Amino acid sequence: MAELTEIRWHARAGQGAVTAATLVAETALLQDKYIQAMPEYGPERTGAPLKAYTRVCDEPIEVHNNITNPQIVIVMDETLLPLVDVMEGITEDGAVILNTRMTPAEARAKLKAPSSVKVATVDATGIAIDTIKRDIPNTPIVGALSAVTGLVPVDKVKEKLVQTFGEKFSQAIIDANLESVDRAYKEVQVG
Amino acid sequence: MATQTTISATGNLLIAEAYRQVEPDVIAAYPITPQTTIVEAYAKYVADGRVHTELVTVESEHSSMSACIGASAAGARTATATSSQGFAYMYEELPIAAGMRLPIVMANANRAISAPINIHADHSDVMSARDTGWIMLFAEDAQDAYDNTVMSFRIAENPAVRLPVITALDGFITTHAMERAQLMDDETVKSFAGQYVPPEALLDTENPISVGMFAEDRFYTAGHLSTRRAIDGAASIIKEIGDEWGALCGRPFNAVNAYRCEDADYVIVIIGSAAGNVRHVVNELRDQGKKVGVASIRVYRPFPYQELAQAIGHAKAIGVMDRSESFGAQNGPLGLDVHTALYGQTQAPVRDYIYGLGGLDVTLDLIRQVYADLEETESIVPDPGVIYLGIN
Repeated sequence: MAELTEIRWHARAGQGAVTAATLVAETALLQDKYIQAMPEYGPERTGAPLKAYTRVCDEPIEVHNNITNPQIVIVMDETLLPLVDVMEGITEDGAVILNTRMTPAEARAKLKAPSSVKVATVDATGIAIDTIKRDIPNTPIVGALSAVTGLVPVDKVKEKLVQTFGEKFSQAIIDANLESVDRAYKEVQVG
Repeated sequence: MATQTTISATGNLLIAEAYRQVEPDVIAAYPITPQTTIVEAYAKYVADGRVHTELVTVESEHSSMSACIGASAAGARTATATSSQGFAYMYEELPIAAGMRLPIVMANANRAISAPINIHADHSDVMSARDTGWIMLFAEDAQDAYDNTVMSFRIAENPAVRLPVITALDGFITTHAMERAQLMDDETVKSFAGQYVPPEALLDTENPISVGMFAEDRFYTAGHLSTRRAIDGAASIIKEIGDEWGALCGRPFNAVNAYRCEDADYVIVIIGSAAGNVRHVVNELRDQGKKVGVASIRVYRPFPYQELAQAIGHAKAIGVMDRSESFGAQNGPLGLDVHTALYGQTQAPVRDYIYGLGGLDVTLDLIRQVYADLEETESIVPDPGVIYLGIN
């Protein structure tokens, strides 16, 4: 069976996690992959914890359930760590990408991540405030995902971002998001 | 020349796209989660001038179906969409649409019915239509939702059918998950759907008719008999139309999708978005040498009794997975139909499992548990009735 990559996103509503989960899936589609992207809907409102999921595969994806054993976990808000078991069900050789100013070593200790799991950190919030001028760390975190996992090439992420954001946003906002992707791609640290 | 484009889209967006391509004369709808994005997308097509549909923004689902009935009786190609409490609210009109033999097409985002209130997927809403005379097609994924919608206009309007059609898709799981899908070019869909020429219409002043009349017992019963004959006869017409669309798009159409059932000892029967999860487990168990299969039902009304019996009648034990209840009955709705399909065909035990209510996640472990149960189920008696999965 073809390799299926499953990503679980942890964020607070309003941080753009669903857009990010979709952006990754649509970028993978550009490379002729099969994809799924879906939020776990609840009665959430801005600031409430939420989960979203992305699946990417070379072959059609048959399963339509929630992702319980992700290879990749993305945490867009570190204040979720005391509230949500973000490591739940992660595969042995999985990767966690955390939006934080912590070093990977500090994050590993905090997450109690086993040595087989890759831990990466990036100050996606700082990058978002610098570039987009708002605390929406979703596009930087996708840049970090590209650097850490290689699941989607960064140039393809940017191509897709221009395409989808182009329908809704000004050139200035698109440029700021492209810059945030590049910065996170370079600045993410893996430990 | 049929040309398809690979896109990423949710089930709801694909239904809106199918509606856009077919371009019904009238759509009357009221928004409700998780159907809303169908109506939203279509309202945008109307506002942008991409379609010339009369979009009637009614104040309730009771009114939306009433408006659809009026429009369809007037001779218009008519469609709508709803979900859950909205579906329940329009229930009064559903047998009227079927009894008046109006070819209305309706998408339903399958969602739990209150109480308690819940917005997630199950089949509690749509199953209440199973005795109304509506044809019912179920989608497993966004692609099915698109294909079913395109086909449904032809099925509904076929002169030998003339019945309304529900195209059902699971709330959020199919309505809101973005998936890869194939979108057919507009011209091919338009030519497949064709022009709707109503056999009679209220607006045809040259040939005046009355509709919605009072009927005494004999006429009333004769009306029911004619609907019964039409929906039974619809099975072969649905298959013909499905095959015609399948030849254009390259996706075969079957009322029952039987997967690895030929030599299977243990078979699950299921409807909707969880069928793929079961296929996944079937492949896994087959790799371990277990003879298992799954049959998913795409055409629920008219129910494909013979096809199902042929596909699974030889199994040693059969598990039905029902995503809704039929309180007080021995089984859920699908369980009752599977028992009927197999009556006199087999002595194999049939067990009925209730799963996924209110969006309860359908894990692969739950499905493995069903196959493990079936392997140990040897006798047709005693029948324990429904078995709830994922909860004690």
